Amino acid sequence: MKLASHDKSSSLLPRRRFLMGTAGLIGATALPVPAWAKGVSMQHAAKGFGTMSGEDIRLDIQNSHYSTGGRSGHAQTVNGSVPGPLIRLKQGQNVRLHVTNHLEEDSSIHWHGLLLPFQFDGVPGVSFPGIKPHETFTYEFPIRQAGTYWWHSHSGLQEQAGLYGPLVIEASDGSDARFDRDYIVLLSEFTPVHPHEIMRKLKVGEHYFNRQMQSATDGNMSGDERRMWGAMRMNPRDVSDVTGSTYTFLMNGHGPADDLEYLFKPGERVRLRIINGSAMTFFNMRIPGVPMTVIQADGQDVLNHEVDELQIGVAETYDVVVTPPDGSHALVAEAMDRSGMAIASLTSHPGHKATAPALRETPTLTMADMGMGMEMGAMAGMSGMDGMDHGAMGHGQMGGGTMDHSKMSHSMRDTSILPEDVATGPGVDMVSPMPVDRMDYPGLGLENVGHRVLRYTDLRAKRANPVRAIEREIELHLTGNMERYMWSFDGRKYAAVKDDPIRFGFDERVRVTLVNDTMMAHPIHLHGHFFEIVNGAEQTRQPRKHTLVVQPGGKAAFDLTADEPGDWAFHCHLLYHMHAGMMQVVTVRPFPA
Amino acid sequence: MRRALSIAALASAGICLATPLKAQDHSGHAGHVMPKANEPEAAEAPEEPVDHSQMDHSQMDHAAMGHTTPPEAEPAAPVDHSQMDHSQMGHAAMGHDMPTAPSKDETPPARALEGPLHAADAIWGSEAMQPSRDNLVKDHGEMEVGTLMVERFEARIADGEEGYLWDAQAWYGGDIDKIWLKTEGEGEIGGSVEDFEVQALWSHAIAPFFDLQAGARLDIEPETRSHLVLGIQGLVPYMWHVDAALFLSDRGDLTARVEAEYDQKITQSLILQPRAEFELSASDIPERGIGAGLTKVEAGVRLRYEFTREFAPYLGAEYEAKLGDTADIARAAGDDPTGVKFLAGIRFWF
Repeated sequence: MKLASHDKSSSLLPRRRFLMGTAGLIGATALPVPAWAKGVSMQHAAKGFGTMSGEDIRLDIQNSHYSTGGRSGHAQTVNGSVPGPLIRLKQGQNVRLHVTNHLEEDSSIHWHGLLLPFQFDGVPGVSFPGIKPHETFTYEFPIRQAGTYWWHSHSGLQEQAGLYGPLVIEASDGSDARFDRDYIVLLSEFTPVHPHEIMRKLKVGEHYFNRQMQSATDGNMSGDERRMWGAMRMNPRDVSDVTGSTYTFLMNGHGPADDLEYLFKPGERVRLRIINGSAMTFFNMRIPGVPMTVIQADGQDVLNHEVDELQIGVAETYDVVVTPPDGSHALVAEAMDRSGMAIASLTSHPGHKATAPALRETPTLTMADMGMGMEMGAMAGMSGMDGMDHGAMGHGQMGGGTMDHSKMSHSMRDTSILPEDVATGPGVDMVSPMPVDRMDYPGLGLENVGHRVLRYTDLRAKRANPVRAIEREIELHLTGNMERYMWSFDGRKYAAVKDDPIRFGFDERVRVTLVNDTMMAHPIHLHGHFFEIVNGAEQTRQPRKHTLVVQPGGKAAFDLTADEPGDWAFHCHLLYHMHAGMMQVVTVRPFPA
Repeated sequence: MRRALSIAALASAGICLATPLKAQDHSGHAGHVMPKANEPEAAEAPEEPVDHSQMDHSQMDHAAMGHTTPPEAEPAAPVDHSQMDHSQMGHAAMGHDMPTAPSKDETPPARALEGPLHAADAIWGSEAMQPSRDNLVKDHGEMEVGTLMVERFEARIADGEEGYLWDAQAWYGGDIDKIWLKTEGEGEIGGSVEDFEVQALWSHAIAPFFDLQAGARLDIEPETRSHLVLGIQGLVPYMWHVDAALFLSDRGDLTARVEAEYDQKITQSLILQPRAEFELSASDIPERGIGAGLTKVEAGVRLRYEFTREFAPYLGAEYEAKLGDTADIARAAGDDPTGVKFLAGIRFWF
């Protein structure tokens, strides 16, 4: 394989043969040799990926072995690499993707973020029957959009095992040629533990993977606060379910020990297509000393916005442009719970490794994450109820003095404030007492970092959206039980709603409000559509996304024009949350349209 | 008379068992402290007039509520609250942001119900789709898992006595229903097994943190005796794990046992576990040296080090006391009804 050289002409888009991402990797070896061609089933997976382009693309799903740092184990791969190959397409082309399953179990590939006929969306049981062992399935659809996307298995927990890869669609207007370098930064995890064993441990051993729990010697909460969390049977360090205790965090398939490099020459404008292809990890992305200009979110153009750091939820993508000064800069993707990082060197000196910054302190959840409003700011405004006689309302227990958070023993499970259609039961261990819109929240642990951090409220669609009045509003509650590791929408696991989908009329315009009755951030993904997130921008500038992170104890809304007929998966993109039941089907009818 | 009193004691123990369940939904409305009156942002009043005159606010706990109506919750149509009975609404801690209010039209348009239930059937045929659809359900929340946990496997050293004890639980099942097996026993090192029981229970989740458990218990030592079991197991506020059960033996004896333990992490791997166990009996059981009432209490502490989550040796100490008539019976037999034991053991699970 060719390494990216300093010669600008050799690394430029839109050449088909250019190997994005891996082009700049020292340490990546030859193009992955397809193991299937040799009849070898457990070949070592290559790190990084080759590129597949054109109208006919062949992908082979197979078993492999992967290792990085001190960890090694089984992997499921496409074309023998982790991640699988970059699928590089052009807006306006047609594509036929021939996917052969060499596993002994069913498999599938879902094209994450693509607008396509629903039967090629790749979700077994929703859009198609899945791909049986040793069968080939051909996906065929026109490419209607441009931008940065990715693909992954939607069968079982195969995504955790390595069945994912990047997908880039070059814009037909030539706008992708604006940059001197164009790199993929695909974030993911590797674990030597079988994904089903991870799931079992999540179910049976509470906080099995969390080695940063609040303890007598960890955390700086007062005794009162500790007792308050204890009273709720929750731990304020419940940040990530699966952590660096079993995960090695990867960038383009490279662990921190693999010395991934991205090359540039001083003065060059470098585009980084950041894709969070992990199963469970939110990452804080930064390049210390190098500001990043966000130009796309979830593959959709947004107005330029410069930040120093951004938190990327699972399944989201952000394209940023950087112009780094001469030197070696650390490209850091720190896990949200600070249990590890993926790292590469963004360098103008090949072979010169950037110094990794230290992991920052593990963040601790707050009152806002329990759905008690923005640090109780929402407690304001009793004056709005002029007509009510407060004197007669038994406020006897309410002192008039200062707020004492430690004494705020709200009911954390007042199910009467839930809509009637939310099922309550063992699967719902918390109800946010006062969920507020948290679109301006930069992400857990980034509230006070002292530099500019991306917030959803910063995003503005670059091209104006059509103005459409909202015809209907629906509200969905994100529910769960940390202790039992149960996750659901509206208190119902997928099994309970399999024949009761969320129904939309074709071309219907709906505002969907997601209320998070849990203390975890959930990246909620709708297949086959873009919705506009309600982030305070005027309607025409609301950014289009396919995945919306709903912050703990908060709520978030999106406006959807349901203009893609068929059946679509709608789920939390935290893999084990989805596997636990946080999944629904959305139908758009009539079908056929 | 004594028996009646004991039954009353047991009944109250039963109430204790039930308490955690209630506590879930009401975990302390007390102690609300009002914000200062100068909090920012005046609330937006609902746009539509609201007739509160007929509302029964008698049960409303308005403590700590912000009476804010977020803009998106504005009623779309006039709302007549006059017929609503708000008596059961827990307004604790909520803004008057009643998601239950009929402010949103959740009914999809008629066209949303047109066409096949499953669009994929129209493309691939329902025969091809059905197995994958069944599998989809299985793969999204219906998995069953199991575990075996040996919570205590220890040597117990007291003056001149060296005993051992085991306490293990295993379960298998889904989120709501599980099969649960428990075994406990103890004996003298080098001697015979003195107590040995096994329980086979069906466990059903009845609340977020509690399972109801029912089944059978078989005592193998000190003599064969079978019991019906009804209990609850779960996590009470402040993170105490509680296992409480009533046992009705084949001879009509009603006994109860309550165990509670708490894991205090000192570091991520070093964990101090206080543990208490109470035993009660509704009647005298002479052949077991038990007198009616609170029969035994154990209070111990174990300090374990988790080399891995699954494997943790520990050291500890436990105070054990027979109480009431049971203590008298022990004394009459020449035994000391109280004692302190030093413990060394391992906790492990799979």
